[in-house]
Amino acid sequence: MIEILPNKCDFCGCCVGVCPEDAIELKEAEISIIEELCTNCVKCVWSCPIEVLKFNRNGAKGASLEK
Amino acid sequence: MKNEYDIIVVGAGPSGSIAAKFAAEQGASVLMLEKDRDVGYPVRCGEAVSMAGLEEFIKPDPKWISTEITQFTFISPDKTIIDVPFEGKGCILERKIFDYELANEAAKYGTDILTRSYVNGLLLENGKVSGVKYEYRGEQKEIKSKLVIAADGVESRVGRWAGLKTHSDFRDMESGIQVTAAGIDVNENTCYFYWGNIYAPQGYLWVFPKGNGVANIGLAITGDIGKKRSALSFLNEFMENYYPNASILTQVVGGIPFTPTLEKIVSPGIMLVGDAARQINPLSGGGIISGMIGGSIAGKVAGEAIISDNLDSIKDYEIKWHQRLGKRHEMFNRIKNGIYNLSDEKYNSIAHSLRDLPPEKRTLGNVAKSAVINKPSLLIDVAKTFFS
Repeated sequence: MIEILPNKCDFCGCCVGVCPEDAIELKEAEISIIEELCTNCVKCVWSCPIEVLKFNRNGAKGASLEK
Repeated sequence: MKNEYDIIVVGAGPSGSIAAKFAAEQGASVLMLEKDRDVGYPVRCGEAVSMAGLEEFIKPDPKWISTEITQFTFISPDKTIIDVPFEGKGCILERKIFDYELANEAAKYGTDILTRSYVNGLLLENGKVSGVKYEYRGEQKEIKSKLVIAADGVESRVGRWAGLKTHSDFRDMESGIQVTAAGIDVNENTCYFYWGNIYAPQGYLWVFPKGNGVANIGLAITGDIGKKRSALSFLNEFMENYYPNASILTQVVGGIPFTPTLEKIVSPGIMLVGDAARQINPLSGGGIISGMIGGSIAGKVAGEAIISDNLDSIKDYEIKWHQRLGKRHEMFNRIKNGIYNLSDEKYNSIAHSLRDLPPEKRTLGNVAKSAVINKPSLLIDVAKTFFS
């Protein structure tokens, strides 16, 4: 899943502008991934100017979370 | 505030404010909603514009002009410096004050403005947009309108909710970062452009003077480059090498869609303007003047549609935009595709050939010709693209 590193975001909207699924919610100073819409395409990760977004393989959809 | 409006504008940047002003001027009732607490802040922008572009919309005022620009300086990867006089005149804005002033202009014509209003959905009636849903101070609200003008910037979500495809390919989205720094010893009338992969691959780095030793220093790279290395790391490297002792007054980031305008910027009941419509000049990355032009056309068409009670006529906006700038932006995009992937060796050799020209022949037109010398079909005056 896409992870947003805390306290790093500048809320610029670059990631929102490249998200093909409209899966990012961005308020004045609040950002979140809409998990139901996100396909983990990671385009937001590549576009972030300041390394705020990360792809976390462990939480990815379809990945087994059971041990 | 009224219970219902003719037109709701989402976003109070330059495009939104100009759209609101032109619509209100026709006699339409207009509400402009801004997500942030302040109009004009934070400033996600290099702030360079042409004077001629500005004058179409507002009388230049020293209170929002930081410096006047009469020269461009290009710096190649091997640090060859090329000074080129700028025949037109440009300026570096103080956007915080400029945006405020534009919103004020809209207000003078009767536009109601509400900040801290986060639009998070559209009202739809029989497939036509008929208002917006928004959050204001934690409360979810709705308000109806005959038309919506989406000026919601690079995010451009409002258009998506009306079924338009607005997102940009990550390879066309430039990820930008900029510091406004003090202690920068540059000429106050010169805009500096650093071209090459060592500075900003598939983009460029800029130093724009704000006066009194302060400058906007920023760069942009595409998402393709961002896969391997972030804009932040490029800027950190530049600052360490060139201005290690600078004090940073502000750091901002932002996305700049370097693409031609969206194919569809109108749908029943809704029009898209500015960055939301991808009206940025796809070669220079400048979007203030072109966004204001988009906003003015949309606002005028919207106002007329309201007054003549013919909402279908908003389709004209798309045609008028295309004629005014849309077609030119497609040409600029072809030029960009021809030059944005040059090697550092190529940038150096272009700079050397320009350096060897007599000063009177060192024009922006010749810079452009040298840059595209291997692609004769692209021999077009790039000068027009900066500051246009």
